[in-house]
Amino acid sequence: MSDITDLGIAQLRDGIRQGKFSGREVADAFVVKVSRAKALNAFIVETPEHAIAAGKAADEALAAGRPLAPLAGVPIGMKDLFCTKGVQTTAASHILEGFKPVYESTVSQKLWDAGAGMLGKLNLDQFAMGSSNETSYFGNVISPWRKRGSNAAMAPGGSSGGSSSAVAARLCPGATGTDTGGSIRQPAAFVGISGIKPTYGRCSRWGVVSFASSLDQAGAMARDVRDCAIMLEAMSGFDPKDSTSLDLPVPKWEEGLSSDLRGLRVGVPAEYLVDGMPAEIAALWQQGIDWVKDAGAEVVEVSLPHTKYALPAYYIIAPAEASSNLARYDGVRYGLRDLPEGANLQEMYAATRAAGFGDEVKRRIMIGTYVLSAGFYDAYFTQASKVRTLIARDFDNAWAVCDLLLTPTAPSAAFALGEKLADPLAMYLNDVFTVPSSLAGLPAMSVPGGLDKDGLPLGLQIIGKPLDEQRVLNAGLAIEERAGFTARPDAWW
Amino acid sequence: MASTAYRVHGETGEWEVVIGLEVHAQVTSNAKLFSGAATEFGAEPNSQVSLIDAAMPGMLPTPNRECIRQAVRTGMAIGAVINKWSRFDRKNYFYADLPQGYQISQLFHPLVGEGQVEISLDEKDPEAEVKTIGIERIHVEQDAGKLMHDQHPTRSYVDLNRAGVALMEIVSKPDMRSPAEAGAYLAKLRSILRYVGSCDGNMDQGSMRADVNVSVRRPGDEFGTRTETKNVNSVRFVMQVVEIEAKRQVEEIEAGRRIVQETRLFDPDRGETRAMRSKEDAHDYRYFPDPDLLPLELDDAFLEACRASLPELPDAKRRRYESELGLTAYNAAVLTADADTARWFEALLAESARVQAKGEQEVARASANWLISDLFGALNRLGKDLAESPVSPVQGAELLALVADGTLSGTLAKQVFEIMLETGEGAPKIVEERGLKQTSDTGAIEEVIAGVLAANPNQLEQYRGGKEALFGFFVGQTMKAMGGKANPAVVNELLKKALG
Repeated sequence: MSDITDLGIAQLRDGIRQGKFSGREVADAFVVKVSRAKALNAFIVETPEHAIAAGKAADEALAAGRPLAPLAGVPIGMKDLFCTKGVQTTAASHILEGFKPVYESTVSQKLWDAGAGMLGKLNLDQFAMGSSNETSYFGNVISPWRKRGSNAAMAPGGSSGGSSSAVAARLCPGATGTDTGGSIRQPAAFVGISGIKPTYGRCSRWGVVSFASSLDQAGAMARDVRDCAIMLEAMSGFDPKDSTSLDLPVPKWEEGLSSDLRGLRVGVPAEYLVDGMPAEIAALWQQGIDWVKDAGAEVVEVSLPHTKYALPAYYIIAPAEASSNLARYDGVRYGLRDLPEGANLQEMYAATRAAGFGDEVKRRIMIGTYVLSAGFYDAYFTQASKVRTLIARDFDNAWAVCDLLLTPTAPSAAFALGEKLADPLAMYLNDVFTVPSSLAGLPAMSVPGGLDKDGLPLGLQIIGKPLDEQRVLNAGLAIEERAGFTARPDAWW
Repeated sequence: MASTAYRVHGETGEWEVVIGLEVHAQVTSNAKLFSGAATEFGAEPNSQVSLIDAAMPGMLPTPNRECIRQAVRTGMAIGAVINKWSRFDRKNYFYADLPQGYQISQLFHPLVGEGQVEISLDEKDPEAEVKTIGIERIHVEQDAGKLMHDQHPTRSYVDLNRAGVALMEIVSKPDMRSPAEAGAYLAKLRSILRYVGSCDGNMDQGSMRADVNVSVRRPGDEFGTRTETKNVNSVRFVMQVVEIEAKRQVEEIEAGRRIVQETRLFDPDRGETRAMRSKEDAHDYRYFPDPDLLPLELDDAFLEACRASLPELPDAKRRRYESELGLTAYNAAVLTADADTARWFEALLAESARVQAKGEQEVARASANWLISDLFGALNRLGKDLAESPVSPVQGAELLALVADGTLSGTLAKQVFEIMLETGEGAPKIVEERGLKQTSDTGAIEEVIAGVLAANPNQLEQYRGGKEALFGFFVGQTMKAMGGKANPAVVNELLKKALG
């Protein structure tokens, strides 16, 4: 029998039901994989007991003839941005090191209610700020992928880099991610897995450490589209504890999966053909266009004229919200407190926050503070908010002529760790294709399309209308079937 | 008729004072503005704190409908514009009593727009001197927690019970011109809030406090630079702050110095205000729309329900007491100034009408007079307020009924009332058991009169000789001999007859 850890969420779920293997066996297999993959540094905390308990619970339910929950016995990884009761939750920061919430985030609770187990808390860019997972206080996450003929450590993307690395290395069949400007899609693309960010408001933000409230949205990362659909279905749903949560029923996305795209129009936005885009990315994009045509879709060229303003607007709005959201980490009530001898309150704040936040977090707090300050607010924040409205309008106009948009996920394949660390602007450019749909709150996903010349995965992004996750998943499935992406990294770790 | 304008007399001439008030009123609600935590006053420190109030990671605010409803009703009570679309903003600053690092408030789009409050400046005649004070806006916001510096020699403690409690900030226009106007405005606002039930108005518990903006100018000139004295917590203190601050500003200006726009603190013990921080080192609050909250959109049904739930307000009630019940302007004003007093009076009135089988307007004046002079006088003497009155409205009505049917004379009624205050017993029982009933038994009175005349032959002779002023003397002697229980009208009549 093949290795259990090669199976995805749907196969594990079905296998447990059919008695092919027990929930306990599944949990044990993944727990062992996790324990042997320290070199990837994907987990900040491992919670084997949690995964094993879920496996046993599935076995007991099966033995007793009780109906099994949708994810019964499936172990997953939990991005360490989700608060988990009694389990350290850090957002990969020093300031929250040792913090054990007395509450469970709505999304993680829904997954546990669906029978899933937790293998551990996944590493990420600190407070989800980064595109390479190099800003974590707990060290870089290493991608399981390597360039052909090189042993250089590659970035798994960010901020959900622990999630992407763990799923790609088959340490878990699926993982939660959060996406503020591309933090699910870009890492998924970097490691050759699928990842979906639903419409803003589908997944509750309650209990998720906030980065930028108007953009943050949880989503699923897994090895294929079906697994993403299953997982997202379990994570979504109205939550009265989050005012921005959508009070709508959760569609049966898995049931609705179909790779038949006949009757759909797929838009290709001219503005996403940016200067300096590698030929391989452009070629993959064209390949994607051919695939969706092959699946029956009509392809139309569309214009999203304000695209070039999306990145600057995002890097004003997101830091502005972050500068305020992170004010609560002050050393007064929980987390790190640095109280130098004889320090007063202001000095305690300064010492605590200087020691507790990493450079990238500080950079964004400073940017955010600046753009909100008196005299600059209108020039930056107000303007950026207007740009955001225009970008949303661009998409609305596009929906008049198409049902979906197809673009590359990122402007490049994964880069080596350290390669862009010294140049924050180059790093921020990684989000150029993912940020506009985040600003508009639209559902979007990345699916693997192929490998570049160095043997590194490349992703294609599908963007949908508000609440239209189904067609996004369906187009993803159509590409998945045609791409036949089976490449996997050699286990060097 | 306007009274003489209030002026500060400086060395260089007269100065006019310009005052605006920002009143923070705690919204009456069982739960906080954005969390389910309780809001009771005086609870154990940190016993009323939710995860949201403590700003734990990932916690999100959700608006409490009741707080919004109360603020809307308050707006309606001052005839204000209710904004059907409003939004919450974050006011960012660091302090240990502010767990989120920002206060959720409403800067750009407040819930309530312009309105007005009418104040009366003549206590005796509320309609004689009326002034309208404009309201700029009312917005809702979170209160902060409380730092306690007296618990430990080197450490400060934080109590977050108050953190997140809903406040209404009621911002007036700079329409007041004297300490008396500022005091009258605050008292009137408090009265309206208590009628509406949106704030208990307990200033000593911090449920209501005012930031007092004061500037001075030559009468008719442009506005001067203002200072803001924070957290003033009584009507009397507000009046003092205006007086002290205006005087200080005049002295500064006349000494050739300039007034700096700054925040000041009032020290009631020393009777002075002190600079807290100036505009130069003021915070940059970096207000921006709270991305955790959607804009607040109110529908017509909600607004209609708010409007329908408003009680009769003090001015309307006062006018009705005058026109329908025939009360004097002064009595009507006294009885309606406070919602609890009006409620007590109306209970007394209803009960009096019932037991005497009369219309309310027939018993209104006697009820009002008794409540204002007898009961208030007694409570004042006992140091109690109306809520603690040993005599209930029903008991008051019983007493008034005994006066109305002639059972008790005025003098006897006062005696009975004193016993009621002491024992808590009802008037009928006291009258019955202690035989305090007034008598109109002519035979008994005639007998006593005969005795009085026989005992005072000299006075009788003088009276008959033309000294008619002695009539009162005979009345007094007769009443005294009858232990005060004789009906004075009958005594008069019989005495006249006996004296010829």
